[in-house]
Amino acid sequence: MQRIRELAIEKALFFCALASILTTLGIVLALISVTFSFFEEVPILEFLTGTIWAPTYRPQHFGVLPLINGTLMIAVGAAFIAIPFGIASAIYLSEYAGAKARQMVKPVLEILAGIPTVVYGYFAISFITPLLREFVPDANIFNAASASIVVGIMILPMVSSLSDDAMRAVPRALREGAYALGSTKFEVSTKIVVPAALSGILASFILAISRAVGETMAVTLAAGATPKMTLNFFESIQTMTAYIVQVSLGDTPYGSIEYKTIFAVGMVLFIMTLLMNIGSMWIRERYREVYS
Amino acid sequence: MRYIKGKLFKYLCLAATTIALLLLALLLWDAWDKGAGWLSWKFLDSFPSRFPEQAGIKSALWGSIWLMLLTAVISIPLGVGAAVYLEEYAGRTWLARIIEINISNLAGVPSIVYGILGLALFVRGLMLGRSLLAGALTMALLILPIIIISSQEAIRAVPNSIREASYALGSTKWQTVRYHVLPAALPGILTGNILALSRAMGEAAPLIMIGALTFIAFTPSSPFDPFTALPIQIFNWASRPKVEFQYLAAAGILVLLALLLAMNAVAILIRNKYQRYLIW
Repeated sequence: MQRIRELAIEKALFFCALASILTTLGIVLALISVTFSFFEEVPILEFLTGTIWAPTYRPQHFGVLPLINGTLMIAVGAAFIAIPFGIASAIYLSEYAGAKARQMVKPVLEILAGIPTVVYGYFAISFITPLLREFVPDANIFNAASASIVVGIMILPMVSSLSDDAMRAVPRALREGAYALGSTKFEVSTKIVVPAALSGILASFILAISRAVGETMAVTLAAGATPKMTLNFFESIQTMTAYIVQVSLGDTPYGSIEYKTIFAVGMVLFIMTLLMNIGSMWIRERYREVYS
Repeated sequence: MRYIKGKLFKYLCLAATTIALLLLALLLWDAWDKGAGWLSWKFLDSFPSRFPEQAGIKSALWGSIWLMLLTAVISIPLGVGAAVYLEEYAGRTWLARIIEINISNLAGVPSIVYGILGLALFVRGLMLGRSLLAGALTMALLILPIIIISSQEAIRAVPNSIREASYALGSTKWQTVRYHVLPAALPGILTGNILALSRAMGEAAPLIMIGALTFIAFTPSSPFDPFTALPIQIFNWASRPKVEFQYLAAAGILVLLALLLAMNAVAILIRNKYQRYLIW
């Protein structure tokens, strides 16, 4: 009797663990099935190489490049903010800050990481955009710069805390060795600790950029809804995520071509973030310096 | 010269850190400055409206609370169960390894993709429509990886000697897990689960995907009712050009942040309270 119970419980727990595999399968199947039926109506080549994205008005165009362009602009812009600030604050936390300062700064970074993205979106349109337009008067109300800045702030805690973890994992003896040779703290930080923790730091960059690519609410609110091939950060653009939101907010009939675009664009988004996440994991494992 | 460079570098790093802190203060101050004047009991107890003076967040607040409870009921047993399986039962098999890699990948999938899954699977596939249940199931899948990973960490922190003592007294595996490992890991599990739920509380994108409506003038009374939630209401107000709605969005943000802060405070209290007793 007891053996049956033990076995039943083990099987039940196993199915709980299986739920995560089923989730992945569900995501992949949902995306693939509708994406395939989308490609029956729109040639895959047109989708991947077209430079006009206009699925809602005639003549319809289904070139995804403008959306990818918008997404990459936000990701690059956010990286420009988050990487320098993130790494500098990680160096400060790991190398310079005393225990007390760490205890104060770490929770604040955690809070910053826990703020909902829609709040960042509000912050962008209510504070950053007006401020930006003081300096660049002909910037559009909705622009890529403002969204990039706010997404950069959003991913900063991620870069900072993951890089901090990586640097703190560098053994003390390495630092002492460099000090013994007469290095200053600056030299130890930049020539010993950062190179030794480089795999973890790079992994944190990629993970943060992947998060910026998938970011939705802030870019929907701040970056606008005009998909275009531009590199001008003061124009209104549209990202893949913002497009998906835009379609879902409207009344899109089930099974229509607009409905299917959600899945096709979602597929591109999923593949991009998945590759980055795997890349990040691979770098961390492959190039990790192991100290015994 | 080298020393000046070093000093300069230190202050540069300090400045970068300070800027992060200042930004947080600025963000909070901005929301408080614009929203505090709109906070009132009436704001909490009124339905959304075309007229900013009459608009409130009653349906959004209740929607969020419902959503949170349903999400917790679905995701916590599933997530803790998976964590127990992976830590206590699975061992080092290839299947367990695949599940672990899969979970860490799922944690990096953008929330909007979960929304697409929810739309295809729950709204259309299971014909749940744009209901609370569809929203809660989607949210449950979204936070499942966080719940599993944090519960695993809590379970891993329980020392092996506890398990072996229990086996030595003749307990079965499940008895050991049920009466020794889980109680010892409970504070850590609870903390992780509350933090995961607070993430679900702030998510808007998946709910927009499954079509949670924004103009809802009633509070839900069953899991099959349509609903709205705080982040969606905030998004709706923030995307309107009229300035009064921007203030309403700020007031909504204050309520949302207060709720999140309360949840975080509870999580930290639990952690601090039990950490004192459980020193191995």
